[in-house]
Amino acid sequence: MEIIDKKIIEKVEKIAKKKKAEFPESYIYDISEAYVRRELTEKELETLIIRVRKAYERARVEAGEAVGTVAAQSVGEPGTQMTMRTFHYAGVAELNVTLGLPRLIEIVDARKKISTPTMAIYFEDDKKEDEEFVKRLANRIGKSTMNDILKDFYINYAEMKVDGIIDEEKIEDKRLDKDEILANVEKAFKKVITINDNKLTFEPAKPSIRELRLLADKVRYLQISGVKNIGKVIIRKEDEWIIHTEGSNLGDILEIDGVDKVRTTTNDIHEIETVLGIEAARNSIINEALRTLEEQGLSVDVRHIMLVADMMAAEGSVRSIGRHGISGEKSSVLARAAFEETGKHLLRASIRGEVDKLTGIIENIIIGQPIPLGTGSVGVAMKSNKNKSK
Amino acid sequence: MKGIIKQISQINFGLMSPEDIRKMSVTKIETPDTYDEDGYPIENGLMDPHLGVIDPSLRCRACGSKGGECQGHFGSINLARPVIHVGFGDTIHKVLRSTCNSCGRILLNDTEIVEYREKLDDLKENEDSTNDVIKEVYTVARKDKCPHCDEEQEDIKIDKPISIIEGDYKLTPSEVREKLERISDDDAYILGVNPEVARPEWMVLTVLPVPPVTVRPSITLETGERSEDDLTHKLVDILRINQRLIENMEAGAPQLIVEDLWELLQYHVTTYFDNEASGVPPARHRSGRPLKTLAQRLKGKEGRFRSNLSGKRVNFSARTVISPDPNISINEVGVPEMIAKEVTVPVHVNDWNIDEIKEHISNGPDVHPGANYVIRLDGRKIRVYDETKEAIVEKLEPGYIVERHLKDGDIVLFNRQPSLHRMSMMAHEVKVLPYKTFRLNLCVCPPYNADFDGDEMNMHVFQTDESRAEAKSLMRVQEHILSPRFGGPIIGAIHDHISGAYLLTRTGSTFTEEQAFQIIRKAKLPIPKRKHEDWTGKELFSLLLPEKLNMQYKAEICQKCDECKLMDCENDGYVVIEDGQLISGAMDEKAFGSFSGKILDSIMKEYGSDEARKFLDSSTDLAISGIMKAGITTSTNDEEIPDEAKERIEDHLHNAEKKVDQLVAAYENDELESLPGRSLEETLEMKIMQVLGEARDKSGEIAESYFGMDNHSVIMATTGARASMLNLTQITACVGQQSVRGGRIDRGYIERTLPHFKKNELGAKARGFVHSSYKEGLDPIEFFFHAMGGREGLVDTAIRTAQSGYMQRRLVNALQDLNVKEDGLVTDNRGMVIQTMFGEDGVDPAKSDYGKVADLDKIIDEMRVKK
Repeated sequence: MEIIDKKIIEKVEKIAKKKKAEFPESYIYDISEAYVRRELTEKELETLIIRVRKAYERARVEAGEAVGTVAAQSVGEPGTQMTMRTFHYAGVAELNVTLGLPRLIEIVDARKKISTPTMAIYFEDDKKEDEEFVKRLANRIGKSTMNDILKDFYINYAEMKVDGIIDEEKIEDKRLDKDEILANVEKAFKKVITINDNKLTFEPAKPSIRELRLLADKVRYLQISGVKNIGKVIIRKEDEWIIHTEGSNLGDILEIDGVDKVRTTTNDIHEIETVLGIEAARNSIINEALRTLEEQGLSVDVRHIMLVADMMAAEGSVRSIGRHGISGEKSSVLARAAFEETGKHLLRASIRGEVDKLTGIIENIIIGQPIPLGTGSVGVAMKSNKNKSK
Repeated sequence: MKGIIKQISQINFGLMSPEDIRKMSVTKIETPDTYDEDGYPIENGLMDPHLGVIDPSLRCRACGSKGGECQGHFGSINLARPVIHVGFGDTIHKVLRSTCNSCGRILLNDTEIVEYREKLDDLKENEDSTNDVIKEVYTVARKDKCPHCDEEQEDIKIDKPISIIEGDYKLTPSEVREKLERISDDDAYILGVNPEVARPEWMVLTVLPVPPVTVRPSITLETGERSEDDLTHKLVDILRINQRLIENMEAGAPQLIVEDLWELLQYHVTTYFDNEASGVPPARHRSGRPLKTLAQRLKGKEGRFRSNLSGKRVNFSARTVISPDPNISINEVGVPEMIAKEVTVPVHVNDWNIDEIKEHISNGPDVHPGANYVIRLDGRKIRVYDETKEAIVEKLEPGYIVERHLKDGDIVLFNRQPSLHRMSMMAHEVKVLPYKTFRLNLCVCPPYNADFDGDEMNMHVFQTDESRAEAKSLMRVQEHILSPRFGGPIIGAIHDHISGAYLLTRTGSTFTEEQAFQIIRKAKLPIPKRKHEDWTGKELFSLLLPEKLNMQYKAEICQKCDECKLMDCENDGYVVIEDGQLISGAMDEKAFGSFSGKILDSIMKEYGSDEARKFLDSSTDLAISGIMKAGITTSTNDEEIPDEAKERIEDHLHNAEKKVDQLVAAYENDELESLPGRSLEETLEMKIMQVLGEARDKSGEIAESYFGMDNHSVIMATTGARASMLNLTQITACVGQQSVRGGRIDRGYIERTLPHFKKNELGAKARGFVHSSYKEGLDPIEFFFHAMGGREGLVDTAIRTAQSGYMQRRLVNALQDLNVKEDGLVTDNRGMVIQTMFGEDGVDPAKSDYGKVADLDKIIDEMRVKK
């Protein structure tokens, strides 16, 4: 997006104000952009603003519109057309990412543990072309195990010990620090290790073959570097260098120098909520849901997804859509009973002495009254005498 | 005639005290029998006539009204010993655990009590849920020593669902009740039992209310045998044990026997309330079927709430098979005469319509525009018979209501399940037609997701003028051409409508003036001036475009050449409309198809729904004419290609298979380089998939190069009418790789897919590559793999519908209460603001242009054209 001169925006704003057009910010921006691109005369700009104002007035939502139901249907209906296949390659062929209906369900469920957390790490301007820097960082972030840096590894059954020889070249290649690794290994295997230059020898606590094998596995899969919860990393050159990760840890990654704090993201909504707050989580829900739908070639208006996201985030924390979240916290007893766990809600209501004010949709359907939405939300008022006497 | 319409403003929930239950009760139930030998209900039995009657010939002993009018009255059973209510087992446990075992005070110190009381009062005032605070109280109020009487506390456990255990001793319900009685009202309030409506001890029952017979009607089988309701069965059990318990207690039976009977009574009362409580074996019917008791009646999809309260059965509805009719408008629905004579519209008779209505009545109930019932001034409903119709006509006067047959022009609701979005229920105008199916215009198939392979649809007739008016302005089909999901058309041309329009408008399709006028006449368009020369299809189509319409776009048939020739496109791929004249390009899916019709979209947005409807209706007629003049047919002969092409395809596939073998060989010799982040096996699979995918595409391309636009199958595929080029190439050239779980097929026998192959064979054929085309036919192995792939697809669809259905139910349930206020706020029913402006700009997506308010460039272009 090119940046448009502030002066032009101000100018458009001024004309819009003069023409009594109350536009949202994005409209002013779009109009300014068209003004510059199409080289409009001032007169043309004025007519454009008037035309847009008319279109805007015509397109406004009417009061009483059942926006919630329409949004729910618009998000739910394409579900039938989505694929079930869990894994799909999203741009990055090396990474598996959950997509399609399972992902959409995961988002509206607000799952704490999503099935394929992944991050896209961007870099600050001065680092984004620096291959060496990115590679070094990738190795620091990505999970490395002893297996990755061992040249030779064998279990010595005769002497009841495990030998491993470190490959310095591999360490160099991974841009890791040998001393640090050795310190780590020593810390993990406090007593059982002897280090002799590049040769590491481990001895089991009890001399049994079972113990020996367990120890061998433990040595091989010992994590020697990487950020918690992050597994594989993939370095990709798109317009700039980007690191994609398997697993996600937004908080720790953002603390690393050189990482672009603005563009770096994760697909884990709860993590975004804890690290960046509820507004960011709300945006993340919108982005993730929209991306999932678009990837399947389904077009759904953002406004519907925004409403779903706003509803999920309305209480200040991300709530799931379903009995443990929004539907279970409704104020109406009947609405909750009609959704799920009928008995539980009725019994609880009776000892709490709850009162159902019948303000919702389903309650009024249950008792057979018009619903307070759309044409059911208007009543008749009597003209007061004051006007009559005139 | 109509009474005052009362409105329920709120419903209060509470527990019933034993006194309440006794007060409500009209009779005590003591005998565990229902009817005597003569078939009369026994006094003080479960069918006591005080409890109300069902038979219209009997009178209720309690209220004196006839069966059908009396809604029934409760009775009661005095339980010999108290019994715990299953639903409250957990609450009782938590309450007892949080109170002192000896003094009955809550295990909180005075400051804590004040603190929680304030918190609760605060939440109540704001009508917020108190659950979290009460949950907190249950955890905080667990102390080893009572802060009020310094007594050491013994731990109280629960053995689900209803056994309360103190230390090692299992408390009897009487003891539980005694403990609960000691809790003061103030303490109960903090423990979540609202003293205004409930006392803790009421959770232990001493009296059991007996529901009226209307709740548990007995049915008489054809054999004359009476069959009782499940609830009655359960009540009989309770009464029987209760009597035995009383007798034993009076006789001074040993403690052990009394306790056993007490336990049994507890079991029966438990299952009477909930027959699916965990830890309790369900009570069964003689046939072994578990009984459906109170909780089961309410719960779940078939329960009272979801099946009878949230959704109700209605009258004045009809259902039958649907079939297509391109000759009716999209706003219309063809209704079989048989249905039109059954479902009726109530009409108020007045001076202006009395003659017309008299005619209806004179026709009687069996001749089409007739009438079935007449409601007189006194409110009596009289059926119209051929014998009585004259007499009724005589008496007819303004103020009568006549239920007349459905006739042309009436507004009805039309619906197809599953009703996934609001376009699944739309209002249509009735057109009464012969035969027995509903007829609908093909353009409305996409919103209903209907086809004609046996689909059935429902029709509902409005019974009030208000509803008719509302439906006509809000629910009519033409008002739903644009989908609120994405702001584009969802109603539009499909199948032959599209290929027909293409055949009509493609370059080279000309008609003699005579033919042209026939077509115009058929489309009911105004007859233009004669011009004494041949008409082109484009000229004909231009007749139904609005005069000032200007647009340019790339059509669906566009071949996506590297350099667009624009108007000179030899494929008719570039559509130009100037001042309502179709200058170049042909009509196809992009013109007026559902989901993508640009011309339709443009007309709808600029000229309104009336114009759009007219456009769709007359374009249907034109397209039919077009398709009838040109003719369209298809068979496998369309997919015939010359031998030379077959050889080329064969060569190509052969090469690909060889390439796969090479890849496998490279893998086996460890010469394959793995892709970053992938194992060797994964790399091989990916490469093979790629090679085989390309092979299928390439062979398809070869086949395609032999197809031209004179091929009807190709016309259908390229215009977007039906099928795709991929389908055609699968028929002609090669079906391609079959997949299960997103990869090549690798399951079946040990280390191989079928015993026809060697173990661990990785070649193309061994892993489900179908070399043949559908036309050639598949060999048995290919056929088997194809069936595997096909089965996965079917399973997938079945699971997906279930999952997405549940997701949609949850979404709708969570969002349905949202409402837009006059000032643009989006609030829920409690008044909590969800958005300050809907969608951040307050625009209704259904009224937007693919999500945007206006296309700025389009406006600018128009402005400049005007000048």
